[in-house]
Amino acid sequence: MIDSNFINKCRNIFGPENVITDKAELITYSYDATPGIPREIPGVVVFPENTKQIQELIFLARQTKTPIYPRGAGTCLSGGPVPLSRGVVISFQKMNKILEIDPDNLTATVQPGVIIADLNNAVAKYGLLYPPDPGSMATATVGGSVAENSGGLRGLKYGVTKHYIMGMEVVLPTGEVFRYGGKTVKNVTAYDFTSLFVGSEGTLGIITEIICKLIPAPKYRKSMIAFFDRLEDAGKTVTDIVRNHVIPATLEIMDKVTIQTVENYAKVGLPTDVEALLLIEVDGMGKDSVEWEAQKCVEIIKQNNGRYKIAETDAERDALWAARRAALPALAQVKPATVLEDATVPRTKIVDMLVSIQNIAKKYNLMIGTFGHAGDGNLHPTILIDPLDKDEMERLHKAVDEIFEVALSFGGTLSGEHGIGVAKIKYLKNEIGRSGVETMRRIKQALDPDNILNPGKLVPLEE
Amino acid sequence: MAKTVFDDISTLKKELLRCMKCGNCMSVCPVYNVEKKESSVARGKIALGEAIIDDKINIDDETLVKLIFNCLVCKSCMLACPSGVRFDRIILGLRAAIARKKGIPFVKKALFGLLKNPELFDRGMKAFAAMQGFFLTKEGEKIRAPRGFLKQFGKRFDSDFVLPELSKESFRDKVSEVINVENPQATVIFFTGCSVNYFYPEVGEDLIYVLKRNNVTVITPKNQNCCGMPVMVHGDIETARQLAKKNLDVFEKTAAQYIVTVCGSCGSAIKHEYPIILEATEYEEMAKKWAERVYDISIFLLKVIKFEPPKGKVELKVTYHDPCHLKKSMKVFNEPRQLLKMIPGVSLVEMKKPDACCGSGGSYHLTHAETALKIAQAKTEDIKQTQADVVCTGCPACMMELFEGIRRWNGNCKVLHTVNLLAKAYKKEEA
Ligand SMILES: Cc1cc2nc3c(=O)[nH]c(=O)nc-3n(C[C@H](O)[C@H](O)[C@H](O)COP(=O)(O)OP(=O)(O)OC[C@H]3O[C@@H](n4cnc5c(N)ncnc54)[C@H](O)[C@@H]3O)c2cc1C
Ligand code: SF4
Ligand code: SF4
Repeated sequence: MIDSNFINKCRNIFGPENVITDKAELITYSYDATPGIPREIPGVVVFPENTKQIQELIFLARQTKTPIYPRGAGTCLSGGPVPLSRGVVISFQKMNKILEIDPDNLTATVQPGVIIADLNNAVAKYGLLYPPDPGSMATATVGGSVAENSGGLRGLKYGVTKHYIMGMEVVLPTGEVFRYGGKTVKNVTAYDFTSLFVGSEGTLGIITEIICKLIPAPKYRKSMIAFFDRLEDAGKTVTDIVRNHVIPATLEIMDKVTIQTVENYAKVGLPTDVEALLLIEVDGMGKDSVEWEAQKCVEIIKQNNGRYKIAETDAERDALWAARRAALPALAQVKPATVLEDATVPRTKIVDMLVSIQNIAKKYNLMIGTFGHAGDGNLHPTILIDPLDKDEMERLHKAVDEIFEVALSFGGTLSGEHGIGVAKIKYLKNEIGRSGVETMRRIKQALDPDNILNPGKLVPLEE
Repeated sequence: MAKTVFDDISTLKKELLRCMKCGNCMSVCPVYNVEKKESSVARGKIALGEAIIDDKINIDDETLVKLIFNCLVCKSCMLACPSGVRFDRIILGLRAAIARKKGIPFVKKALFGLLKNPELFDRGMKAFAAMQGFFLTKEGEKIRAPRGFLKQFGKRFDSDFVLPELSKESFRDKVSEVINVENPQATVIFFTGCSVNYFYPEVGEDLIYVLKRNNVTVITPKNQNCCGMPVMVHGDIETARQLAKKNLDVFEKTAAQYIVTVCGSCGSAIKHEYPIILEATEYEEMAKKWAERVYDISIFLLKVIKFEPPKGKVELKVTYHDPCHLKKSMKVFNEPRQLLKMIPGVSLVEMKKPDACCGSGGSYHLTHAETALKIAQAKTEDIKQTQADVVCTGCPACMMELFEGIRRWNGNCKVLHTVNLLAKAYKKEEA
């Protein structure tokens, strides 16, 4: 595995300044943002600057059967970049160049370490937008978000990362460099490699270059907030809006616990006696169509007994959004630690899911605030805990098991956007079955025969 | 006396737990932005704290010590932190624990000893003022650059490294201790801080001018001490506590209602750090009392007294740099801009990132020169693209760093304190 010989070779490949071996430094690569999973200190951390170096590292790792863990910004919420069995961490933070913006073909070509927000700032100059916007976009890398197939607040209307990837360069676990796709809008050559590599969580290949699809940034938008005394009314509003063929860019929900906590901590002026609130934003290229969509939403809110406020200015919009932005921070202040889950159900089951979560909270005597992307059924039940309280931790694990059980029973999924990693690997079979797991194993085995790339994540190798 | 995070590192555990490792701090940390390493940013240092408490690494591990000191304590991360992690306590607590274990390095010890004893410190600074020609050559008006032999102490001291000339007479020596006005609307203590006292006396003079103009009686106690921030950030909490107590005693002896500061670091030391480091001591109440009475000059003028805006015209394009301790600690950022806009003739242009750190961080720019210079360079480029005639700020330490940056990277704008510009406008009005 990793000995001085291995490290010397790393220094030759990457240059001494791009290899970290000091214990104190290594400790800072032992975690990501996932609570409650094991931490492990890597044997070495390297900072590549180009594809060739990565290729050389793979040859070295294959010879010595050393596991490799790619790492973007380490904001992952399922344990993806954690070096479970020591090995090498490849940090992409220095491979962060935007190689090209092509406003006529509506593409951007980037290195994997580019921060999502930086890409968006760069393309904004051309009036363009790269829509995937995870809550972590000010920090997270394009490479990490491609590997996780991240979603975000705009998911309902604009989709998730996989809808915006047109091609990639990937170093395979065998050391071969493989490019596919390009700038053509249509490309049906060969298998659909985007579907294979996007969301592969660093287990099938190391992404070294990405061609992203851009869209014209919407020119107009209208935001509103609506309050409901009954969960059912909020849920019906969500389905009615879509049934009336309005697809808002953002359609967020917050439950009572979250609303009360936000109000308690951030004092943004929310009523604390309501059961749920919805934050809705419609956008588009035409003023009239955006107006029409907003009007339609208002009608539906009224029909469902909701009270509402519309933002007329940017300042008012900011004020409405303040509530959503404060959700996680406010919840995070209540107890020493927060566990943010990612259960997702079909849109029409949102209310059932919210009620189930509330019941689970009662059953296990836990504080759970739920908010999330109601429009796409992606909820973030946020469980507030004290990690030093053993009894509470046990109840937490049972509650999480039950949340996923319920989500699956509603025809939902284990993960809407945070991935499987190590955190949810034990539930995988419950969703895709034995044959699904077997298929994943075969794909992994075919591409990574030595199992050196991010072992222990996403693909359960043993029963 | 109850144990605080500065006395017993295990009390940090609760604070460390609050960090959920979300990484939000990475988007704002100036050091991370340059180095791109986990250990540069709050999240990484918190993980190191956890490792120390869990006995996974020794607190005097050489690399660890280096990493814990590789931080500007600019508190940018705290503003971006969703869990409200009090990183200032964590970093100072860790440094205090390191200082306890390793002892404070010899040179620093000598300097800190001086700080504790204001007369000695004062004599030392004056001796240096007299001798500065030995270390530094004169470079134009009131500026000094290192002489060749200093280069052996690292390439930080190249000829682009500049310092304002030390005044032979300190500001507090020159100014009378009490300056009375007729019908005062308030009586204030002027807490000068070391940089105004020794490097920028003209900022002090202008402050007094502005306060007089607004009918405020100013007391500048001669025996006030350093605020303690420089020793605090090096982990010498004991010296910081002594300095704080001495200062509080000095405040108590006056008949002033308020303290005004012209330095973000001094202001935030009195406002935020004194109550923290004096927690559970007999000075706790006194610290809290004065914490509520200390104001940055801009807030004091606009929010506490009846302010008479100047009428003299100063035709200048001005940009404003937010000092970290002023914005992120004291939450003062609107008022200085408001003041600038009230000066007839001034047009305020904003930088792209006016609140990005300048890289100074007390002695950080000396100890971590390479990173600091990159931070300063980014700041300078941002200033240059505004094409302003003047960059104003509210902290003398930032003034030095901005000045050096502009000289190093060929900018041509002047660096002034906000009160310099205010005084200028008042003087114009009288002329
Ligand atoms: C506060 C907060 C809010 C969040 N909000 C959202 C949200 O709204 N939507 C959402 O989907 N997620 C969200 N996340 C989760 C996370 O931020 C995203 O999944 C993000 O895209 C991960 O990017 P990263 O650069 O941090 O990747 P990392 O965490 O470093 O890595 C993620 C995975 O990608 C792999 N990887 C990284 N780089 C490469 C590469 N070049 N080649 C191959 N594999 C690679 C790693 O091995 C790992 O498995 C949030 C996280 C936090 C902390
Ligand atoms: S205090 Fe400043 S330099 Fe230190 S970790 Fe926080 S943001 Fe970075
Ligand atoms: S922003 Fe706060 S909670 Fe998040 S990693 Fe940084 S210190 Fe920890």
